[in-house]
Amino acid sequence: MASSMLSLASASPSASLSMHDTLKGKVRLGSGNLTAWFHKEKSNPFINTKSSGRISMAVAVNVSRFEGITMAPPDPILGVSEAFKADNDEKKLNLGVGAYRTEELQPYVLNVVKKAENLMLERGEYKEYLPIEGLAAFNKVTAELLLGADNTVIKQQRVATVQGLSGTGSLRLAAALIERYFPGAKVLISSPTWGNHKNIFNDARVPWSEYRYYDPKTVGLDFEGMIADLKAAPEGSFILLHGCAHNPTGIDPTPEQWEKIADVIQEKNHIPFFDVAYQGFASGSLDADAASVRLFAARGMELLVAQSYSKNLGLYAERIGAINVICSSVDAAARVKSQLKRLARPMYSNPPVHGARIVANVVGDPTLFDEWKAEMDMMAGRIKGVRQKLFDSLSAKDKSGKDWSFILKQIGMFSFTGLNKAQSENMTNKWHVYMTKDGRISLAGLNLAKCEYLADAIVDSYHNVS
Amino acid sequence: MAFTTAMARRLIGRKSVIGARSMSSWWRNVEPAPKDPILGVTEAFLADPSPDKVNVGVGAYRDDNGKPVVLECVREAERRIAGKLNMEYLPMGGSVKMVEETLKLAYGENSEFIKDKRIAAVQSLSGTGACRLFADFQKRFSPDSQIYIPVPTWANHHNIWRDAQVPQRTYHYYHPESRGLNFAALMDDIKNAPNGSFILLHACAHNPTGVDPSEEEWREISHLFKVKNHFAFFDMAYQGFASGDPERDAKSIRIFLEDGHHIGIAQSYAKNMGLYGQRVGCLSVLCENEKQAVAVKSQLQQLARPMYSNPPVHGAFIVSTILGDPDLKKLWLKEVKVMADRIISMRASLRENLEKLGSPLSWKHITKQIGMFCYSGMTPEQVDRLTKEYHIYMTRNGRISMAGITTGNVGYLANAIHEVTKSA
Repeated sequence: MASSMLSLASASPSASLSMHDTLKGKVRLGSGNLTAWFHKEKSNPFINTKSSGRISMAVAVNVSRFEGITMAPPDPILGVSEAFKADNDEKKLNLGVGAYRTEELQPYVLNVVKKAENLMLERGEYKEYLPIEGLAAFNKVTAELLLGADNTVIKQQRVATVQGLSGTGSLRLAAALIERYFPGAKVLISSPTWGNHKNIFNDARVPWSEYRYYDPKTVGLDFEGMIADLKAAPEGSFILLHGCAHNPTGIDPTPEQWEKIADVIQEKNHIPFFDVAYQGFASGSLDADAASVRLFAARGMELLVAQSYSKNLGLYAERIGAINVICSSVDAAARVKSQLKRLARPMYSNPPVHGARIVANVVGDPTLFDEWKAEMDMMAGRIKGVRQKLFDSLSAKDKSGKDWSFILKQIGMFSFTGLNKAQSENMTNKWHVYMTKDGRISLAGLNLAKCEYLADAIVDSYHNVS
Repeated sequence: MAFTTAMARRLIGRKSVIGARSMSSWWRNVEPAPKDPILGVTEAFLADPSPDKVNVGVGAYRDDNGKPVVLECVREAERRIAGKLNMEYLPMGGSVKMVEETLKLAYGENSEFIKDKRIAAVQSLSGTGACRLFADFQKRFSPDSQIYIPVPTWANHHNIWRDAQVPQRTYHYYHPESRGLNFAALMDDIKNAPNGSFILLHACAHNPTGVDPSEEEWREISHLFKVKNHFAFFDMAYQGFASGDPERDAKSIRIFLEDGHHIGIAQSYAKNMGLYGQRVGCLSVLCENEKQAVAVKSQLQQLARPMYSNPPVHGAFIVSTILGDPDLKKLWLKEVKVMADRIISMRASLRENLEKLGSPLSWKHITKQIGMFCYSGMTPEQVDRLTKEYHIYMTRNGRISMAGITTGNVGYLANAIHEVTKSA
């Protein structure tokens, strides 16, 4: 079970193809060697016709329809993990991976998940189709987890919740909804953002543009730039926001900044669209990490929220998440839900059951829920611990007086180090530290034992390479 | 309409509503979607309090007590994997082991195409996901093409290619008078389609009619495809489930492969392994050579990534555990045959009952058709009567899911059908 798996929670400079790119000249099926077919010839020269009507195949037609199909570009993250695997140096460190690792740098299955699975096994549940919208018990607990069980919008049944294929699938459903009901509307995404966001909106045919977010000078949030770009966007745009633990930078707005962002969004009649992939994983507290979403909901705004249980319950490969649309009326919520179902049916009919049951069992059982909170606290705590140790090591080793405190201010699995492409390459080539070229490191792949080594690498790359 | 409303809002200009109560909804123009015709039947059935109710709507297998079944081989596989594996992301193309075993089922255990690595294949979200991936692939790489779909077909086929924005055309398939295959009209439509058309075929156990071409008819269809250079896309959702023998159920595909076609196949484990809710399947595309297969697979992955990133692991591991273990695989084959045999015996029983009741109509087609479904030939009005008067639930096209019939309810069902059709 390698950590060479595709790490999704990474933002790397996206090498994905837009539809436009893909169609540029190269990939038409059936083009190229179209001698034998396609509208011109009436008979196939490769076949001998016999009068009996039964045709013997002389030679199989071997000009392929797929002649012109080119190789898709390699995934920027998988490439990192593959290179890491191929490296024989014992000091090597894989900081590309977007999946949590223990202090021993092993994958981690939460104890509550094992317990839930065993419970499910004992019960011997059926494997029937879920309804298109997913497992009812899951949909209930996921909305409550996000908004708080006593939240007005839940009490008033104004949330349309549909189980989705983790964060990606939930985002895609929302994108499809936007394309269908808001043709021409734009989605604004942060610069930078998770690489797959662009792919999702491209394939859903939703136009997008970027708002300023990361300020390389401060290695912090370009708040002025962000606000200006939100103000400049056409009224009624969808604004994609990371609920907590921004990927890839780790930089989140402060509560005051969230208020101002909400102000501008309301002023401009934009629709907030949250991607919540790290609830509980960022600070260790489920409620604290949902504060931004709850702030917007409390203002009576309508919003979209995609959730994922990949990281916080370690259910990566089970593909479990949800799309929530908070509407201003029960009726609107019902209609929206019905249309989300209509989009899901021709994509996959109904979502996978296993992950949904695990979540419903964990969150629905008070004992398991408490245990989960403790495990999440432990995971978030380990990340905070390595952040601290890394910061301490950097401060000790770097005599230049550079302020490395952004490492402590950033939150979640990732840290934008501020290293540029050449410096990041030096990290890999000289120090066998594998990371993405945008300077992002995954702290989930770091342990206390390696902090000093990493600090040496960073100090060297930052000061001696330009 | 949505656009106009949104534009109107922008033009009118909204006041700032900071701290105000809820705004009027952005979703005003979102209409309630019509109920899914197939899944809506089960919803209605569940809501019916009548003790006599019978569900012959959705195509999920039931045992002779009308209960859902989880196969023994599946339970065993589950036990082996529970709590043991980590849940790291699968590659975008899914579980390699599962895909390998799945290709053997479709292409043959010793298929040269597998050996030569000419098949681009990815794990998919069951049959639906496989069809959708292919439809998106078709749209991207053959943007001017259409898809030919048989009449009738599984309703979701239309949704899939429509949402993939691939235009659809139809070809004749079902012959209502004989409740069988309209072979002549089918061949005519295939012949008249422009050369190089994309054509959807049900590999076995056609859904919803249960009417399959004979082996001889498949050979003729394959031959005509060759002449016309059509692309055959097979939807195989019932391998093993139709005749009880997976090899036999793959015959149509094997004929096309022998004849040199480069085909595409959507496979599903929903029915034949009872893994409905797990969403496990496979999309494969046979290419010229390994290099091309690698390129095509990479493009399929590119399509999957912005839809769901990578497929769910649990069902895939159940499949690979079963198919990778000779004893479990043998058990599975036995269990699939049990399911298929039960359905075949229910077909015989339903027909017998109707004939014993003295029905004036011919019910031969019940035993001639194959797989989970039977196209009864009943009209929507007759179906409505069955539901209203007898609490029998099925889709309005007269499709009966044989899996919902038991020794306990076959008599009741036959009687009801007889009552609503005897004066037809």
